Amino acid sequence: MYRYDEHDHALVQDRVTQFRRQVERRMAGEISEEQFRPLRLMNGLYLQLHAYMLRVAIPYGTLDSRQMRKLAYISRRYDKGYGHFTTRQNIQYNWPKLEETPDILAELAEVEMHAIQTSGNCIRNVTSDQYAGAAKGEIEDPRIWCEIARQWSTLHPEFSFLPRKFKIAITGCDNDRAAVKVHDIGMIMKRDASGEVGFEVIVGGGLGRTPFVGKTIREFLPKEHFLSYLEAILRVYNQLGRRDNKYKARIKVTLHETGKEEFTRLVEEEWMQIKDSTLKLPKEEVDRIAKHFEPPAFKAVPEVAPTVDARAASDAGFASWLRHNIFEHKTQGYSIANISVKPMGEAPGDATAEQMDAMADLADEFSFSELRVTHSQNVVLPHVEREALPALYDKLVEAGLATANLGLLSDIICCPGLDYCALANARSIPIAMKIAERFTPAKQEEIGDLQIKISGCINACGHHHVGHIGILGVDRKGEEHYQVQLGGSATEEAALGKILGRGFSADEVVEVVDKIIATYLDIREDGEEFIETFRRVGQTPFKERVYGTA
Amino acid sequence: MALLERREDGAAEIEDRFTRLGDEDALPGSGGVLVSFSRFSAEREALLARDGDLGVWLDSNESPTELADDLDRLAVVACNFPAFNDGRAFSYARLLRERLGFKGEVRAIGEVMLEQIAFMVRSGFSTFELKDLKELDEFKRVCDEVRVVYQPTGDGRQTALQRRLGS
Amino acid sequence: MSQIVIASGLGSGRVVFLAKGSKTGAVAWGGLIEVSEVAADDARAAELLAIAEADAATQNEVVEPYLIDVEDKGGQLRPTKYREVIRCLGPTVREDLGKQAEGTSA
Repeated sequence: MYRYDEHDHALVQDRVTQFRRQVERRMAGEISEEQFRPLRLMNGLYLQLHAYMLRVAIPYGTLDSRQMRKLAYISRRYDKGYGHFTTRQNIQYNWPKLEETPDILAELAEVEMHAIQTSGNCIRNVTSDQYAGAAKGEIEDPRIWCEIARQWSTLHPEFSFLPRKFKIAITGCDNDRAAVKVHDIGMIMKRDASGEVGFEVIVGGGLGRTPFVGKTIREFLPKEHFLSYLEAILRVYNQLGRRDNKYKARIKVTLHETGKEEFTRLVEEEWMQIKDSTLKLPKEEVDRIAKHFEPPAFKAVPEVAPTVDARAASDAGFASWLRHNIFEHKTQGYSIANISVKPMGEAPGDATAEQMDAMADLADEFSFSELRVTHSQNVVLPHVEREALPALYDKLVEAGLATANLGLLSDIICCPGLDYCALANARSIPIAMKIAERFTPAKQEEIGDLQIKISGCINACGHHHVGHIGILGVDRKGEEHYQVQLGGSATEEAALGKILGRGFSADEVVEVVDKIIATYLDIREDGEEFIETFRRVGQTPFKERVYGTA
Repeated sequence: MALLERREDGAAEIEDRFTRLGDEDALPGSGGVLVSFSRFSAEREALLARDGDLGVWLDSNESPTELADDLDRLAVVACNFPAFNDGRAFSYARLLRERLGFKGEVRAIGEVMLEQIAFMVRSGFSTFELKDLKELDEFKRVCDEVRVVYQPTGDGRQTALQRRLGS
Repeated sequence: MSQIVIASGLGSGRVVFLAKGSKTGAVAWGGLIEVSEVAADDARAAELLAIAEADAATQNEVVEPYLIDVEDKGGQLRPTKYREVIRCLGPTVREDLGKQAEGTSA
């Protein structure tokens, strides 16, 4: 993974000094709250319902054990002993104090971390495939390009006061695990006819009040033009994006209102002016960064792991964990191990300091000290020897981190909602917990792959638009109320869910999910997953069961 | 309200040698004037012909590309920030400097926040109307606070990449 | 409808309430809802908000003051909106956190 050189260190350290000064000015009343707010937002500090909230960047979801230990330390020293992994591969602390935030940032800077641009109308954390560098079928590790984009976007003088926030995601695989089609810019690495590697550029995806699946504006962008093309898109957006209406300010609306043809023309026209300029990255620099993403020193081990097979045959729990949480690695004899941060009775994505420390230790022992955070709010050990899986499993069980539910019903994506968030209209976490409780592990196995995503407001941080079952909490005449959507998907077959019908109370919504699932189990054919059944039969059977009508 | 000019070692307060005219104000016989883009469009000949330096100010929805043909006759182009978070003028300043090659004064007017100064300087602004600057030192501090820059702009500042490559 | 003023501490970020007896030049903020100055009508509420806003703008102690509706529930002050109840108590999914754990506040 990327290691800072002296320049990267200097920037992050200076940023801490700068923020410390800004906080002092604010506390002394030299700058008003109105002036200070964008400054603290650009350092990831929100004011929420109970306290400030600090969003720390985990660039493209990659971190090492040292960094994970620091995150644990910060949660103990400056917060309440836990952190929340988010749908953009970041971590959030819910209880920091403003006066202590510069100290937190200083701690982070020691381990090459920061909270720069995790909020505000600027370019946010560039996210990626959580299996980057480990999955089969990857054209190239997209994180090389995420790091290049990260540096280019950090304190970009022209793009720090955009019409609205800007989110970029890059994947190196056809199987899109990074939801690139619902990002402001999504990029898919691919080969052209001559075998050259480049990017498909997709613009204008997004969730929230006006969800859109992104549109491809360029089928193939050669690598050397990666930054100049990004700059062209941002420059067009910065000038054209609406500034009169917060709800129409994202690039998805700009693209929609301008029209894809015209928008593309404007981008290409701007790009023509700058494509051969200073933004062309020299091979030397790309290589320098790429070197950081070379694979670790894998051992030559056979694919077949007798300990694994033996254990799976005799231990149903291990077998289940193997079935759900383990993903195929591109290197013979290795696996990708998912750690579910969705244990029963806890808020999805929340990990205690002890659990973070445990994960760091396990990374050291089993995964070359490397971890990933996924946009589904789980954690990954990307490079585990297959033979070591039983030992890893045992330690995960000890740490309470062995829930075998990846991709199952209880692996719910859920925003913090009204329990924490000042933007929310309804609570989301209790709904997630109730749903998860309702179905036994055995039942969840029977149901199979099912992605439930819950948001506490229209901002859709819980990605409800792209859940197989999506739930949106609203305020209806002073009561929490929930709308249910079906058929969303965040993969390469991206689709926005359709609302089923009138909404439900908090008590009713779990029953509704039960009926939806019962319907699926009744009508599924030949091992169809939920989303496949839905695509085959449409909404009607589900509507009928839920509302008792045709 | 102070008008500051960027200098090597920070900034200096300077006298404004341009009178900012409303669209209906009479043109003074001599001296520098700063007019809106709409006035410039309407009275271009008269303004260019008069004795005295000419400046045009652009609102945040007015791109400097509209002035491309006349830039060599303008002493100053000012870009207005109707709100500090309306960041269009950062692009305009870069276009003025890097696309259109403008060498005159590029002035930031309106809601100019001290904490944005570093970005403005990098984007090509050379003068700044700052409402409540307490000390001149603050300007320099804000500009120099973050020693490293990643992105190349027209300001000629060495980027991290250039340092890495030893160029 | 009775109203009180609620805000966030600038340094702490925690919820604070405009305390009884606050007036311009002598404003106090407390951590528990019980200390609140209660406005019985809109005119008084507007007055309290103005006092709070002036304080926020000049004293660097609190930010984002606003009015909320409250009612008397068995002798205890309680917000009428569930969002504000959650603000005054803490996350409903973590009863060990927030004001509910520090000594009730609604």
